[in-house]
Amino acid sequence: MSAKDAPQIPRDLTIPKLFLEKCKRYGKKKVAMREKEFGIWRPITWEDYYNNVKYLSLGMIKLGLKRGDKVAMIGDNRPEGLWAEMATLCAGGIAVWLFQDCLMEEVKYIIDHSDSKFLVGEGQEEVDKGLSIFDECPKLERIIWDDPKGMRNYDQTCLVSIAEAQKLGREMEREHPGLFEETAQQGTGDDICLLFYTSGTTALPKGALLSHHNMLSMGAALMAIDPCTEADDFVSYLPFAWIGEQMMSISCGLQVGFTINFPEEPEVAQENIREIGPHVMFAPPRMYEQWTRTVQVKYLDSTWLKRKIYSLSTKVGYHVANLKFDKKSVPVHWVILNWLAYILMQKKLRDHLGLSRIRNAYTGGAAMGPDHFRFFHALGVNLKQIYGQTEIAGISVVHRTGDIKFDTVGTPIPGTEIDITDDGEIIAKSPSVFLGYYKNPDATEKTLVDGWLYSGDKGFIDEDGHLVVFDRSKDVMTLRDGRPFSPQYLETRLKFSPYIQDAWVIGDKREYIVAVMCIDYTVTGKWADEKKLNYTSYPELSQKPEVYELVRSQIMEANKDLPTVARIHKFVNLYKEFDPDDDELTRTRKLRRAFVEDRYRQIVDALYADTDTVHIDTVIKYEDGREAHIITDLRVEFVPLEEDK
Amino acid sequence: MIGPNGQQPGDTLLKLDDVHMYFGKVAALAGVSLDVKKGEIHSIIGPNGAGKTVMMNCINGLYKPQQGAIYYAGQQINHYSPHVRAKLGISRTFQKIELFSGMTVLDNIRLGRHIHLKSGIGSGALYWGRAKKEEIQHRNFIEEEIIDLLEIEAIRHKTVGMLPYGLQKRVELGRALALEPTLLILDEPLAGLNLEEVEDMARFILDVNEEKRWKVTIVLVEHDMGVVMDISDRVFVLNFGNMITDDTPEQVQKNPEVIRAYLGEEDLYTTRR
Repeated sequence: MSAKDAPQIPRDLTIPKLFLEKCKRYGKKKVAMREKEFGIWRPITWEDYYNNVKYLSLGMIKLGLKRGDKVAMIGDNRPEGLWAEMATLCAGGIAVWLFQDCLMEEVKYIIDHSDSKFLVGEGQEEVDKGLSIFDECPKLERIIWDDPKGMRNYDQTCLVSIAEAQKLGREMEREHPGLFEETAQQGTGDDICLLFYTSGTTALPKGALLSHHNMLSMGAALMAIDPCTEADDFVSYLPFAWIGEQMMSISCGLQVGFTINFPEEPEVAQENIREIGPHVMFAPPRMYEQWTRTVQVKYLDSTWLKRKIYSLSTKVGYHVANLKFDKKSVPVHWVILNWLAYILMQKKLRDHLGLSRIRNAYTGGAAMGPDHFRFFHALGVNLKQIYGQTEIAGISVVHRTGDIKFDTVGTPIPGTEIDITDDGEIIAKSPSVFLGYYKNPDATEKTLVDGWLYSGDKGFIDEDGHLVVFDRSKDVMTLRDGRPFSPQYLETRLKFSPYIQDAWVIGDKREYIVAVMCIDYTVTGKWADEKKLNYTSYPELSQKPEVYELVRSQIMEANKDLPTVARIHKFVNLYKEFDPDDDELTRTRKLRRAFVEDRYRQIVDALYADTDTVHIDTVIKYEDGREAHIITDLRVEFVPLEEDK
Repeated sequence: MIGPNGQQPGDTLLKLDDVHMYFGKVAALAGVSLDVKKGEIHSIIGPNGAGKTVMMNCINGLYKPQQGAIYYAGQQINHYSPHVRAKLGISRTFQKIELFSGMTVLDNIRLGRHIHLKSGIGSGALYWGRAKKEEIQHRNFIEEEIIDLLEIEAIRHKTVGMLPYGLQKRVELGRALALEPTLLILDEPLAGLNLEEVEDMARFILDVNEEKRWKVTIVLVEHDMGVVMDISDRVFVLNFGNMITDDTPEQVQKNPEVIRAYLGEEDLYTTRR
């Protein structure tokens, strides 16, 4: 698709201007968002949304927010979070979102590096985080909070509640009537609206600067392909600090005007999604992987009859999905069989997953295994891959309905050009390409060349014009026979097994391929219970010979269709799961290879040595701050390799 | 908040005067006197078998002491049965969980509202008039004040018997709070909990004691000295049915008799600092 088909966004349109327009149009008549609170879904109309944003915005101005100032935000998905972001933008400020589970050092680094003036936190926990770094971040002036629980003994002068800020806003309105509209109408699309810190698999997070025009044109392009309507529902439960959530809640949400639903608590998000039954969703692969795992486990638990129905129905589902992938027409008898499968199984399963009304489900942010992808299509869920990065406002390439290939990420969205450099790097050009990294001209220079965004991903364009993303350039391995190979591909295949939580494949320029496996504690634990195996902890369970046997069988399954040189030959079960708090994963749960390679050097060495155990003597830190000394022996085991047929 | 009979913070809410309780010839309580002021957290500590739970059972009416008087808000309550005392605003949790394990969390908590239900069978069956209004009020109270406070949204509809022990303890506190008590007796609320659950529970106890909405006076029986010394206003030490001392945490920690009888020479109570 060429640039001229792209929906045109006026250059001077900003998010606040669009916000005012929508509030005026919908007013009291339409529900802008819902929040489940005290067990009931409570609607918030566009008028309520407007008033809350207006007075909060004026309050921030009264507290000293100037155009171009940064406001950092942290907290669960909730209306107040979105109000704070919108209020910041309306006052001409720039929003900076932090992941809810960020550690202190990360919070401090981002607040300090971004020069944030205010921090908007949800409740006591976030306020505590803010207060503990307050003295070290001289540019931080105020901490605004909204949940009063546990806040009764806090009297620091830098603390302001959202209610107090809104009260100040009302005073401001009396002193300067019309100031809010005036401020919100200022500015053009080229002004910066978001400063977004990328998770960074290698180094410190980098702050990407995105303009209003970046965000709006991306949203418009996506909506041009897969239109949403005002009557649609969307559930916002993934961190606002993830660009994908911004893309749905702000860029698309504001342009279309669909209803945004906030779950009661993160723990009940899945149930709440089921209650809402959203029409559109965008989630990273791990969410879909989790769902697949849940279904697989429930399958093992259910009765004979149910299992039989499930396996027959999925067989039909897979067959029909494969026909559709091959763009062949589905014969009538298969249509009927599929309808039966729908009535008997798919309908109910989709309902349990909250996918009963789903029109478009997107995944992106990391690679997704073809097995997961086919699984959802066999259920009749129109799952599409999105490719993009924070630097291009979230999306540049997506699958189209009826043109889905599970090993590609689709074709560019309107207005976007994609090209491959001579080295095989994917580059993109579009109105959504970001303005540069904040206070990091070197990185900007490397990433932005003549308006082209250098992604750092290796890939190619196939015969149908689909983009195939191979892997991060630096992660691509060279096999023994000199062929390039993507470790991610094998890892996603391994993760299709419900027993495996994470996998790390190693083997760049080595004699053979090896893997470090993290078992899924719940699922494998349940399996062990049924087998009457005794265990007390993750480390113990992971080292059971029976569990090794189980993992080996899962690896052989993943090895199946691969050439011998690309097969996993040896593996170790790790004594713990990979965790973002230990820096092993990014906040969006991507493996930080360089880090784990350094940390687990001993294990990697053992995998390539002529030994069958590796001695571990290390300290691990629990979430509540306790430390435990771990001394254990991990077993190194082989996977039999058959010769190529 | 003004308590029963117009009580102000600092007034005596609960008073035990020379209470004796015998089981056969064993004196479980041998002349115990206690003075709990409104608004405070008053802890009762002592070795196992000291008579702490017996004392709680006397306050709440499960046991009737043979000798001595118990006053609640200035009124002698010796002869009142437990449900009358509950109506007066005395609520409790138990050392061993006493929930209905086959019922959901919500149903267990709702049960605690029973004494506040005024409508009769008729209007309840028709769900009309007073019954309907009442039910909505109670629902709001349970959801907004209890479930939100104790952060048990995710387990509302779960059967209690299926929950881990720590959560069951929380549900029991929820049921006790559903009575909207003025005096809350907590019998070893922290026993058997892990570190994180202890921290949560201690926070809930403080919330209930300090939040403007609640301001509940608390009698806490507990072995976890770190928490007791951290959150109590006063600590009452009991040994074989006799009071050793009743003082502020600082003074109790210094008391040589308490150290000999219970705390031991080690700084047990500093474990959580």
